[in-house]
Amino acid sequence: MIALATAHLKGPHVDFAGLSPLLALLGGAVIVLLVGLIGSRWVRGQAVPALTLAVLGTALGLTIWQWNAEKSIVSGALRIDDLALVLGLILIGGAACAVLLAWRSLAAREAGHGEFHALLLTSLGGMWLLASAQNTVMVFVGLELLSIPLYVMCATELRREHSLESGLKYLIIGSVGSATLLYGLAMIYGATGATDFTAIAAGLEHGGLAGDPLTLTGIALCLAGLSFKASVAPFHQWTPDVYEGAPTAVTAFMAVATKVAALGVFLRFFDVALFAARPSWAPAVAVLATVTILVGNVGALGQSSLKRMLAYSSVAQAGYMLAGIVVADRLGAQALVFYLAVYLPMNMAAFAVIVARERETGLGDSIRAVAGLGRDRPLLAWPLTISMLALAGIPATAGFIGKFYLIDATVSGGYTWLGVIIVIGSMISLGYYLPVIAAVWMREAPAGEAETDAPLGPADAPAPAGALPALAGGSPELDDEDVPEEDEQGAQERLAATRQPEVVFVALLAGAATIFFGIVPQPLFDLVHGAGRALGVS
Amino acid sequence: MPPLSILIWLPAACGVLGAIIPAVAARGAARGDSAAARSGWSLPGILAVAGSLAALGLAIAYIADYAPSIGGLRHVTDVVWISELGIHYKLGVDGLNVFLVGLTTLLFAAAVLAVNLRSETPAPERPGLFYFHLMLAESAVLGAFLAQDLALFVAFFDLMLIPFYFLIGGWGRDTVPPTRVKATLKLVIYTLVGSLLMLAAAIATGVLASQRGGGHITFVLSSLQAMPLGRGSQEWIFLLFAAAFLVKMPAFPLHGWMPDGYRAMPIEVLMVFSGVLSKVGAYGFLRIVLPLYPQAAAHFQTLMLVIALASILYGSLLAFTHTDARLIAGYSSMAQLGFITLGIFSLNPQGAQGSLLQMVNHGLVVAAVLFIIALLARRAGGSEDLRDMGGIAFRAPLLASLFLIVALATLAMPGSSNFVGEFLILLGVFKAKLVIAIIAFTGVVMASVYALRLFIRAMHNRVGPRVHTREISVRDGAVLVPLVGVILFLALYPQLPLRRSEGSVKAAVLSAQSYTRPLRATAGRPAPPTIRLLPRGRHGAPLTASSGGAR
Repeated sequence: MIALATAHLKGPHVDFAGLSPLLALLGGAVIVLLVGLIGSRWVRGQAVPALTLAVLGTALGLTIWQWNAEKSIVSGALRIDDLALVLGLILIGGAACAVLLAWRSLAAREAGHGEFHALLLTSLGGMWLLASAQNTVMVFVGLELLSIPLYVMCATELRREHSLESGLKYLIIGSVGSATLLYGLAMIYGATGATDFTAIAAGLEHGGLAGDPLTLTGIALCLAGLSFKASVAPFHQWTPDVYEGAPTAVTAFMAVATKVAALGVFLRFFDVALFAARPSWAPAVAVLATVTILVGNVGALGQSSLKRMLAYSSVAQAGYMLAGIVVADRLGAQALVFYLAVYLPMNMAAFAVIVARERETGLGDSIRAVAGLGRDRPLLAWPLTISMLALAGIPATAGFIGKFYLIDATVSGGYTWLGVIIVIGSMISLGYYLPVIAAVWMREAPAGEAETDAPLGPADAPAPAGALPALAGGSPELDDEDVPEEDEQGAQERLAATRQPEVVFVALLAGAATIFFGIVPQPLFDLVHGAGRALGVS
Repeated sequence: MPPLSILIWLPAACGVLGAIIPAVAARGAARGDSAAARSGWSLPGILAVAGSLAALGLAIAYIADYAPSIGGLRHVTDVVWISELGIHYKLGVDGLNVFLVGLTTLLFAAAVLAVNLRSETPAPERPGLFYFHLMLAESAVLGAFLAQDLALFVAFFDLMLIPFYFLIGGWGRDTVPPTRVKATLKLVIYTLVGSLLMLAAAIATGVLASQRGGGHITFVLSSLQAMPLGRGSQEWIFLLFAAAFLVKMPAFPLHGWMPDGYRAMPIEVLMVFSGVLSKVGAYGFLRIVLPLYPQAAAHFQTLMLVIALASILYGSLLAFTHTDARLIAGYSSMAQLGFITLGIFSLNPQGAQGSLLQMVNHGLVVAAVLFIIALLARRAGGSEDLRDMGGIAFRAPLLASLFLIVALATLAMPGSSNFVGEFLILLGVFKAKLVIAIIAFTGVVMASVYALRLFIRAMHNRVGPRVHTREISVRDGAVLVPLVGVILFLALYPQLPLRRSEGSVKAAVLSAQSYTRPLRATAGRPAPPTIRLLPRGRHGAPLTASSGGAR
């Protein structure tokens, strides 16, 4: 009897090799969480981030091991192809940078190192799922797995009101976005009766459902839902507030990794599943891209907070990248993935410098914090300069090639006007990227700033975030660690701030990569080549 | 001959070395040897002089090596840079760019030398960075002149602006209303906006040409020339390119950045900026616009001629009303660039050749004038205002005579090379549009007014209140005399550039020229010139025969 039952119950085939990067990330999250429970301060402060990096390294290795694997796993729910793997590489790179930036940060200490890093790895797992999702259910699961840890991470600086505000805002708006997306996915399921991308594509093409009102409503809702995540205007309003309020290391992670995952799924969902309905959604997405480019670039003008400025700039960049989805051909997909790959170093360099200056000065992320950097800290000034030039699309940086490729794709795809819009957006963007460079090289450091060699103390500058009066209800970890030595803590933090080799390392590495890929872009082209082929569009 | 890449990258390499070595050395040594920096000679400075002189030597070698009879591209370097985008790293020398390369290296060498030999004004702070940016600018400008690939040209064209952003913002002067940072931001945004439009236009050219030609996408100029675009695409692309180049020159309605930018720049930087960067725009018309978009060039010929004419008149008028000597130089170059544009869009070889000659002439003359203005300002208590000058020639006969030579060259005195250039330009325009040529003649007259006004009010007249005249120093002479020497040499021997550029200029103008006259003859239907040259009757014979048969 039992033998008969087992003969009937054939267990599903699970391709663990294909799943291995995801398993490494999620398993690593559990291990990191457990190690974070060990009481030793050294283990929490040093070993946990190191372990997280090791987990990321493992996932990276497994991703590379899976290279050229063209397969659908878990009954076609996930697709492991070059597109997913390239996006995975970018995601892991972004997460590694975020871990380095958060190494000495207040956020990780206040939230508990184990929890912070476990959340980061879980969120990364969600992104990995999104990048390879081939099924609308997977899209939703991945999106939630990505978002929920991020909501928490935004609010990890427990004593800073803005951080809490940022987390709450992200939670509410993110939930609205998820709900919208879910509604849209349900409608598409209702219309086509399928959750699988290829089945939806077949239904739209052969079933003549491309013009069906139910499908179109579903597509519109999906578009809106994904636009929330990718911060595409007019669904971008949360971006500046959340970016500004969140701890900077988390902002860096959000800015790069969330965008990669969101645009990755955007690409796969629209260019694979909804390809047949392209005549109806392509003009809408083109209009969204135009609005996004203009809103993002105009919004960034005149911002004095660097994080806010980068938030609007990321909105604008999302607009540029949408152009790659609009054209829905192989060139467009490749240009989009290329831009995502260069987007990582361009932004990381800027965020690393902001992290470093937040700790060195009491000025937070204000543009005044980087004034006079060229004279005092050339090792930070150059990466920031390169990052700004690259984001503006100046030649000899990777940003130029990325923009070139995108415009190339739009013109080839018959959307020349969208290419011109990208160019107009770049023009506006000069108005906010160049003043940052001017502040770095052409202005003096603000008077009264605590220089690294000046006598340190809480009196000569606004108190750092860590020395703010304690709010009620801090975590127990804080109570025994930070509060008793509050005044000394501020001074120590400043002293320690002069030694933050890992942040400077991230800045220099990202800056160097930006220049390198601007001059020798061929490796990146080889990388994205397979990604375009994987989509199967012409 | 060494490959062109060495010529391009040698200055930048020297700049990088100069920036890195002292920074590394300073780690070991204690600070405080700023006395060495103040005396003028610093390691970065010496490296920059060496690099720019070596580049000048190479450029002279290329000029000497360029035989007029051969024609076509020489010393070609052609490497695939980005195969997916069809971008090649293709460099080459021909009659169009060889003299502009010579001009670039000469002016940069003069500017670098002038900074190193500063005796009365302080040496630049942070010399490593200063020379790094200046040398990077030289590399980028040389790259723009030598590039034979559209995308590469655009990249160098955009890139060359960035060092100037740093140079003006970091080492410029604060004038009263706009600070140097604001002035440099305005300048860079103005010019980069133009370049970005050009980026879109360049990509569109590559994509549309390959779609029409049916081949793989490419940006190599010679291949693009073989796959001409349709007339509609040519026209909008032409306008975007023209905007970029006209901003850079600057031409009349697009010159808003010029006054503030000129006043904010350090004088040595201004020498190369005014002398060389404005020429890249004019060169772009000859190298890219006329060969690639000939129909559009013929279509917009009148528009461009009118813009050029407006620049001449407007620039000249302002040049003889302003009293700030720098702005006189600035507006006069606007007028001169107007002449150059006029010659190019006469769309015939004489005019274009005159323009090419005039580009070299104007670069030499304006750099010398600006350097002299700096000398005059030092003798007039630091003011560059004409009202504070006067009587400077009194104890400085040598300076006065050098200035006189430069001033006479500026106003295109017969016997100067500028005269030859303007003569050819006007000759070309006469053939194309008679009315415009007649109006443009007034520009020649006005040039003598502002050039002589500048000379007389600075050197003669009543001695200014704070003027202390003295002779030109040996250090300053070391910069100025070679420049004046080259001006004199070209005055004696203008055939050198003319003869060597003849073939290339003809080739550049030919296709655009072919669209001008037939356009008018056949009322809007463009026809290749070969048809026009055929005897009418025989060409029309089959047509009439068939129509006769139908009847």
